[in-house]
Amino acid sequence: MINKEEIVKDFPILDRKVNGKKLVYFDNAATTQKPLSVINAISDYYKIYNANPHRGAHTLSVEATEAYEQTRNKVAKFINARSEQEIIFTKNTTEALNLVAYSYVNNNLTSDDEITICITEHHSNLIPWQQIAIRKGAKINYMYVDSDGILSVDEIKNKITDKTKVVCIAHVTNTFGIVNPVEEIVSIAHEKGAIVVIDGAQSTPHMKIDVQKLDADFFAFSGHKMLAPMGVGVLYGKKELLKNMTPFLYGGDMIEYVSEQTTTFAELPFKFEAGTQNVEAVVGLSSAIDYIEKIGYEYIEEQERELTEYALEKLNQIDDVIIYGSKNIENKVGVISFNVKDVHPHDTATILDRYGIAIRSGHHCAQPFMKHLDLNSTCRISFYFYNTKEEIDIFIDAIKKVRGHMGYGTK
Amino acid sequence: MELNDLYTDIILEHSQNSYNKKVIENADITELGHNPSCGDEITLQIKFDGDIIKNIAYTGHGCAISQASASIMIDNIKGKTKKEALDEVELFLKMIKKEITDDNELEKLNDAIAFKNISNMPARVKCAVLAWHTLKESMEK
Repeated sequence: MINKEEIVKDFPILDRKVNGKKLVYFDNAATTQKPLSVINAISDYYKIYNANPHRGAHTLSVEATEAYEQTRNKVAKFINARSEQEIIFTKNTTEALNLVAYSYVNNNLTSDDEITICITEHHSNLIPWQQIAIRKGAKINYMYVDSDGILSVDEIKNKITDKTKVVCIAHVTNTFGIVNPVEEIVSIAHEKGAIVVIDGAQSTPHMKIDVQKLDADFFAFSGHKMLAPMGVGVLYGKKELLKNMTPFLYGGDMIEYVSEQTTTFAELPFKFEAGTQNVEAVVGLSSAIDYIEKIGYEYIEEQERELTEYALEKLNQIDDVIIYGSKNIENKVGVISFNVKDVHPHDTATILDRYGIAIRSGHHCAQPFMKHLDLNSTCRISFYFYNTKEEIDIFIDAIKKVRGHMGYGTK
Repeated sequence: MELNDLYTDIILEHSQNSYNKKVIENADITELGHNPSCGDEITLQIKFDGDIIKNIAYTGHGCAISQASASIMIDNIKGKTKKEALDEVELFLKMIKKEITDDNELEKLNDAIAFKNISNMPARVKCAVLAWHTLKESMEK
């Protein structure tokens, strides 16, 4: 039995005060907090074995190389890749998606082709494809969702055509936390001969990922949204695709032979890792995966489901709160978008901050989606397993005071 | 900083259904100001009589701070010359940057002095300055 109080104690930052109040951190979809074990792993790296990996014969470089490569192996097992050669370290999901855009799509797309993406995409899984399409004179085909943010199978079938070469989809949306039917998308896309790129930034922290079961061609995620530091992301790609791709960035450590006029490139995955990498972040990611595997996804999913159900129930009871997106807990992670009637989300966020509560407000880097739903911006709360029902109670009490602060009713 | 010092009566009054939020027919200048990080948008419309700002109004959407700031700015500069308006923009921006803190010097800003405390809330500074930057952009073209 996992003790919640012990879990909370693992995260030193959760003990701090903000504006004189105990911090309530509900912005986990933006980035999660880090357990002491991750912080210590980074600190130990610098105290004990900091060196440039892959480059030196000396002990420290060998140890740094081992830590870096063992993490690659750990990541491969973590998402059930066939081989660690299919795991490329990037700086984040955005860079991983850009790598696919420049090194695969850019070389394999003509003006007759189409890229299919969903209107709900985060800008990081939209702009790279849009810009490649502009450059190639190709078409972007949007799959649209209903007002709850749900993507239907009919819509998928309509928008993935014989011309579709690439389908890009978020596993879980960052706005409403909806779990997209990615397995169906992959199966329909593969029937049409298209490859599928899955943005796993919002899913990997919350559910067990099996890239072989998903049959994704590419899958990207960020470390910092799952307890690891900022500055490391992962691109998984099927080996046969990665092998034929051109490098993304050129420079040190990604080469085989370099002469004055030509260069041959290193084997996978090193071909895609130019220059000195963020070893400290990779070491932190290793420790973050250990932490997640120690508590287990079963616990994570159970906690987040309880928190989300509780928060939805409490928010539903407040007349002046409008909740956006599906409330069906079966295909949703712990992300809730809402607004307080008559109050702009930035004002709501500022008021909640005064009560020590951190939430996100704005367009959530999904402007086309917000426009599709005729929304300018929303407030968003997002949970991780270390959040508690007591924190939700504090949040609900503060939400009830928001309109008063804005001059509606008594202050 | 207390919430009451930020959401003062004057700011709340101007942020809700301001009389300055409307469309002006045949405006000489229409300038869109946009805050990409948060999505706030303000469109200023200005009608001149020679060098004088004869009429000015705004449309758009955004938080209470950005909306009130636009409305209060309009109250301040209506009827003034371009140069007087631009001087006032400079004074406002210097107040926000804490380069001018003396209340006597800031007196010219009238109700806009209500935004003086916003410099203590870095996350909201961009909301307060949106309309003023947009005005500056529109007149320096």
